[in-house]
Amino acid sequence: MIAVIVRTGFRALRRDRGAFLLAFLLPIAFFSIFAAVMGGMGNSSMPRVSVLVVDEDGSAVSQRLVRGLRREPSLAASTRPETKKGQPVPPEYTAATAEAAVKQGVAPAALIIPKGFGANPVAFGSGTGRQPIRILHDSSDPVAAQVVAGMLEKVVMTSLPDAMAGEGMKYFDQATGGLTPRQRQDMASNLSKLHDQIEKRDQEGNAPAADSGNNFGGLVAVEMRDVVGENKRSPMIAFYAAGIGVMFLLFTASASAGSLLSEAECGALDRILSARVSMTTLLAGKMTYCTLLACLQLTLMFLWGAAVFHLELFTHLHGFLVMTAATSFAVASFGMLLATVSRSRAQQAAISTLLILTMSALGGSMIPRFLMPEAMKKVGLFTFNAWAIDGYTKVFWRDEPVWHLAPQVAVLVGSGIVLFLIARRLARKWEYQ
Amino acid sequence: MAASPIPLRIDSVVKRFGDLTAVAGISLDVQDRTCLGLLGPNGAGKSTLIRSIAGRIRLDSGGIQVFGQPANSAAARAELGWAPQELALYPLLTCRENLEAFGQYQGLRGKALRGAIQWCLEWAALTDRADATVKNLSGGMRRRLNMAAGIVHRPRLVLLDEPTVGVDPQARNRIFEMVEALRKEGTTVIYTTHYMEEAERLCDRIAIMDHGRVIALGSKEELVAQSFGGRSDVLMRFASTVQNSAEWAASRGGTVEDGVGHFAVLQPTDIAVLLGGAARDGLEVIDVTLRRPNLESVFLQLTGRGLRQ
Repeated sequence: MIAVIVRTGFRALRRDRGAFLLAFLLPIAFFSIFAAVMGGMGNSSMPRVSVLVVDEDGSAVSQRLVRGLRREPSLAASTRPETKKGQPVPPEYTAATAEAAVKQGVAPAALIIPKGFGANPVAFGSGTGRQPIRILHDSSDPVAAQVVAGMLEKVVMTSLPDAMAGEGMKYFDQATGGLTPRQRQDMASNLSKLHDQIEKRDQEGNAPAADSGNNFGGLVAVEMRDVVGENKRSPMIAFYAAGIGVMFLLFTASASAGSLLSEAECGALDRILSARVSMTTLLAGKMTYCTLLACLQLTLMFLWGAAVFHLELFTHLHGFLVMTAATSFAVASFGMLLATVSRSRAQQAAISTLLILTMSALGGSMIPRFLMPEAMKKVGLFTFNAWAIDGYTKVFWRDEPVWHLAPQVAVLVGSGIVLFLIARRLARKWEYQ
Repeated sequence: MAASPIPLRIDSVVKRFGDLTAVAGISLDVQDRTCLGLLGPNGAGKSTLIRSIAGRIRLDSGGIQVFGQPANSAAARAELGWAPQELALYPLLTCRENLEAFGQYQGLRGKALRGAIQWCLEWAALTDRADATVKNLSGGMRRRLNMAAGIVHRPRLVLLDEPTVGVDPQARNRIFEMVEALRKEGTTVIYTTHYMEEAERLCDRIAIMDHGRVIALGSKEELVAQSFGGRSDVLMRFASTVQNSAEWAASRGGTVEDGVGHFAVLQPTDIAVLLGGAARDGLEVIDVTLRRPNLESVFLQLTGRGLRQ
């Protein structure tokens, strides 16, 4: 008897494609996404932290440090903006332009090597008279600044060993009551050789051996400053409100648009279309309803964020309204497409669960996109989640003006229009039999 | 002065679904203020024809006009009301909200809409349940609301597609009264059913459909006269042990359905001939009934099958 029950269950599952997909395909899809994000696809796809490097010192030591930073595999260090095709090479970043770039989200961190750094680059312990390297960072990516600081220590060790050795000998000299003239001469000679070897290695372009050993702090003086969220009371709330909000918006839009399928299944759609309502009018009505519902949902979420988590909603109202309208329109059209492409409510529920969870994982609703490898970040751009989160981040995090939302709004509204037109085309199946 | 167009003209309508011909060249005229019954078994093509009239089906050939306007035109839609076989309602809305929505879909607004809703609630005897959600109504109430939603705009031609499916006899009677009330107001009604007693009670004319065709058309009396002339129907129930009743009945111009032989006789005394023949051939007869032929008899006579087969 148990065998009959088991066999019946498997037979039913085999014929229920939606349940079948949810049972087998969705877990595999999710496993693959998370495995890829966490670096399971090999070191080559490990995310590199972008950092803008400004060398105000211009000394041989600071230049060596810059070269070391550029060679560091876990960093994507750049000293100037990318050169666009047919455009002249842009000037190198200054402290001001690098800070502006971090504020705009070009990179999560900038590293400024100050004037005078080369004269006294490293010290053991607290040291004295050192010019600190400044790391300007965007705390919406809390990992990046820590990675840059850690890698800076490593690069100093691998790129400036002569400076370290010189500093070490200085301490030794003080601690032992002074070196003999002969010892000083030998020391200077060896440090000079070490310096020559490093210069030669740099010129040959050989990267320092990767060393994932322990960092130890204090080699270089570092001053870290959050240039984006320093005045924010709740730095990541807007990010989470947008990320989680969009994911649930997609579910709501899908369920709301699914009423079209329920109406088709019960015959109400036939009755409506036999009245004075055209299919275009009906779809436009459903779309408007879904858009308004999504707007209400997002507004409620952000109001909650403002009331409970001190989200600065009312000082960013214009940007919020623009992003909410664009996002709601896009997710509503996505819901309409799902409803018209599906043959039954059950099928729609299965497809939408699969798609929405996948989009949310790739688009940054579950895992911030800055943690993802470059390839996955690019894939994420095919989701509404990524564009919506980027837009809300510009509004609430970077305090950017409303017109800076043009790319996000254009993508969301444009793709919304395209999806709606496809949905209208697919809805022809209900117009006549 | 030109005569006003008739409510419904169906001209050589053909509709196929793949290899299946659902409607195979039907032509019909329906006169004003009449009730035409479409009577036939499941799969006869009744609902397809109704949906074609409602403009919801693209015909393979032929045409349909509603008060002189092509079906599916805006003018035809305004004159037409349709209560589909399915409960085409919003289950989470109340009776009043459903009527309001479907009234607005038909272009009603303001006072006209409120008046129409009130009329529909009274017509469907749902005034006291006006604010109950559909899912909390009984099956009969839902059926009545389904009909009301189809006529909220007070059309001159109403299509009722098997409105009594799944309701108990009491609720069915209430639906009959609703249809009769509509007719008294001068509404033209097309009523599909596979219950001959409904067609007999409600319809002036009956089109008997089978395999996508109208195989007979007329009043009940005309149909009976066409099929039986002055003959009566004899129902002869055979014992369950009788094996060859069908062949025996066929040899005497009759048919057998569910162990009951149907024969047409001119005189009641012809029953004795049938009984004698059965006794002579060794067929045990349990009981015999003489009755005036009805639509069921007509359908059986025309197709050799029962209406509910």
